[in-house]
Amino acid sequence: MPKVLRLEPRLRVPAAIVAAAPMAAIAVTLLLCSALIVWAGAPVGRAYLLLFDGAFGSRFAITETLTRATPLIFTGLAAAVAFRAHFYNIGAEGQLYIGALAAVAIGGGAIPAPPAVLFPLMILAGMAAGALLLLVPALAKTRLGVDEVVTTLLLNFVALLFVSLMLDGPMKDPTALGWPQSMTLPSELEFGKLLERSRVHSGLILALVLALALWVVNDRTTFGYEMRAVGANAKAARFAGISVDAVMLETALLSGALAGLAGVGEVAGRAGYLTLDMSPGYGYSGIVIAMLAGLNPLGVVVAAVFVAGIIVGADSMSRAVGVPTYLADVIVAVSLLSMLVATMLVRYKVRWS
Amino acid sequence: MLELIAAAPFWIAVLRIATPLIFGTLGVLLCERAGVLNLGIEGIMVAGAFSGWLAVYYGAGLWTGVLVSACAGAAFGLLHGVLTVILALSQHVAGLGITLLATSLSYYAYRVNFPKVNSPPTITPFGETHLFDAVPGIGTALGAQTPLTLLALAVVPLIAYVLYRTPAGLALRMVGENPAAVEAQGISVTAVRIGAIAAGSALMGVAGAFLTLSAFNAFYFNMVNGRGWICVALVVFASWRPGKALLGAILFAAFDALQLRLQQSSAGVLPYQVYLMMPYLLSIVALALVARKAAYPQALMKPYRKGER
Repeated sequence: MPKVLRLEPRLRVPAAIVAAAPMAAIAVTLLLCSALIVWAGAPVGRAYLLLFDGAFGSRFAITETLTRATPLIFTGLAAAVAFRAHFYNIGAEGQLYIGALAAVAIGGGAIPAPPAVLFPLMILAGMAAGALLLLVPALAKTRLGVDEVVTTLLLNFVALLFVSLMLDGPMKDPTALGWPQSMTLPSELEFGKLLERSRVHSGLILALVLALALWVVNDRTTFGYEMRAVGANAKAARFAGISVDAVMLETALLSGALAGLAGVGEVAGRAGYLTLDMSPGYGYSGIVIAMLAGLNPLGVVVAAVFVAGIIVGADSMSRAVGVPTYLADVIVAVSLLSMLVATMLVRYKVRWS
Repeated sequence: MLELIAAAPFWIAVLRIATPLIFGTLGVLLCERAGVLNLGIEGIMVAGAFSGWLAVYYGAGLWTGVLVSACAGAAFGLLHGVLTVILALSQHVAGLGITLLATSLSYYAYRVNFPKVNSPPTITPFGETHLFDAVPGIGTALGAQTPLTLLALAVVPLIAYVLYRTPAGLALRMVGENPAAVEAQGISVTAVRIGAIAAGSALMGVAGAFLTLSAFNAFYFNMVNGRGWICVALVVFASWRPGKALLGAILFAAFDALQLRLQQSSAGVLPYQVYLMMPYLLSIVALALVARKAAYPQALMKPYRKGER
């Protein structure tokens, strides 16, 4: 028998080590990425200080980070909910855009109704649009056995092209010059600002409430239990009398609706209108955030603030010392991989035998 | 319509569009036949496109550039192998992580090398070989191709031969179907799987190299644009067989080329976005058509742990 590497579960894992694992992962990430900062010719310590300062060092920095974190909490929750049931929704980016498009379609002036009617309608439309977009791959999976990873990925491109089509045609703001842009939402339909002289909006409150609600659903309700059971072992769940297909579809609808809400929040809370560059990949970052959080809804909030901080901080650091802003994406990717490795090494020993 | 399809320029375009898909689909095929899903492909293609082009920009030969792309792909493949085979992490998440890492590293490196350029610096790419111009029929379409397209067409039978006619190929297929049986033969499942991922990822790197060293002459952001994901769909459509992978890539490229022609000839009839959606929708429809009878490698996405069943 040749020697092989194998994983042995650790019998007892001290709580301190479990708690230290994420810290160790972040430390390793910063260490690895400091090589990139050196390569760009900038002083490492100063670059990281500037990054932290740009993310959390002032009132402006903190409010910008929270504004950035809002859509990331929604997409992070969308991924966490789906991944827990082992339904790999990688299409949150497309669902976000379709949700935003639906919100603008309802609220952009096409429907003559009072704001009190339009506002809830706009939010529901965004959620429904995101959910419907994910229903297609979910049905394809449960009815035809089509792997959802590829279909949700490909639908991102379809969704973005569809938004582009609408912004070029029926939903284009005729008064906007240059880039295609949708009609602007009237101010009565915008999410209120939480703080003066900042861009933080009430979408953040909605995101926090939903994170709490999903945490309760996950841990305290039958539906939460069923989602976990389907994710852990679909065969056993079916044997236990759970309708796996129904749970899968419900999970998909929930996940798509959450991603759609991210889009509603961005148009109604931040921009006021829809453009094709509204999201710099919030849908994909949501997956990273969900994994960093160990799929825990409350952890998603922390992870979303962390990732938002990296993005916002890297922006201002880049301007000061000339390190490309793409460093933020590298840090996020490396922290995902090192977090995965850290959680694995906490639970298992790697042995050569 | 028929005239359009019968004409040589159409088939020249088809082979050109198919080339990165052939390399990429074969790359995915090697990984999945060994039992490992590699969603790193999208990012590995970006890294391949960037690294090969950068090498050539700094004075390396074109073939050295292709080699650099292959090595960059293999390096990310090794990382994927360590994460998914040795550490048995989720293949979905690790693959997406590799895509994010490879993409962001390439973009970062591009900006470190060219901080302030707006129009991307160019190189002199591969030219048409015109080796087959004298051959009647397909000669014109083949002759107008660059060497990388011919390489792609040659790699298909090579991979098929290795997979079905060599001990290494047998071991690769076995670790994707019944890893315990391979281990019982005294062969390391870990080594075979990691080797397969590295080789497959090298092909993905070359798929990227085609974009910057043949199809275009520069590196652009977002230039891979979902081609990697399409390869993941194509390999299901091809039921994990090299010959069918070639057929699938060419069929897909034919639809894409047709879509481009229609877009030009019937401008204004439909918005251009409708035509651009077609390749993605087509892939989804193709997946739905074959899903029921798709014969997935039995051990796909199942980490192998010695002694476990």
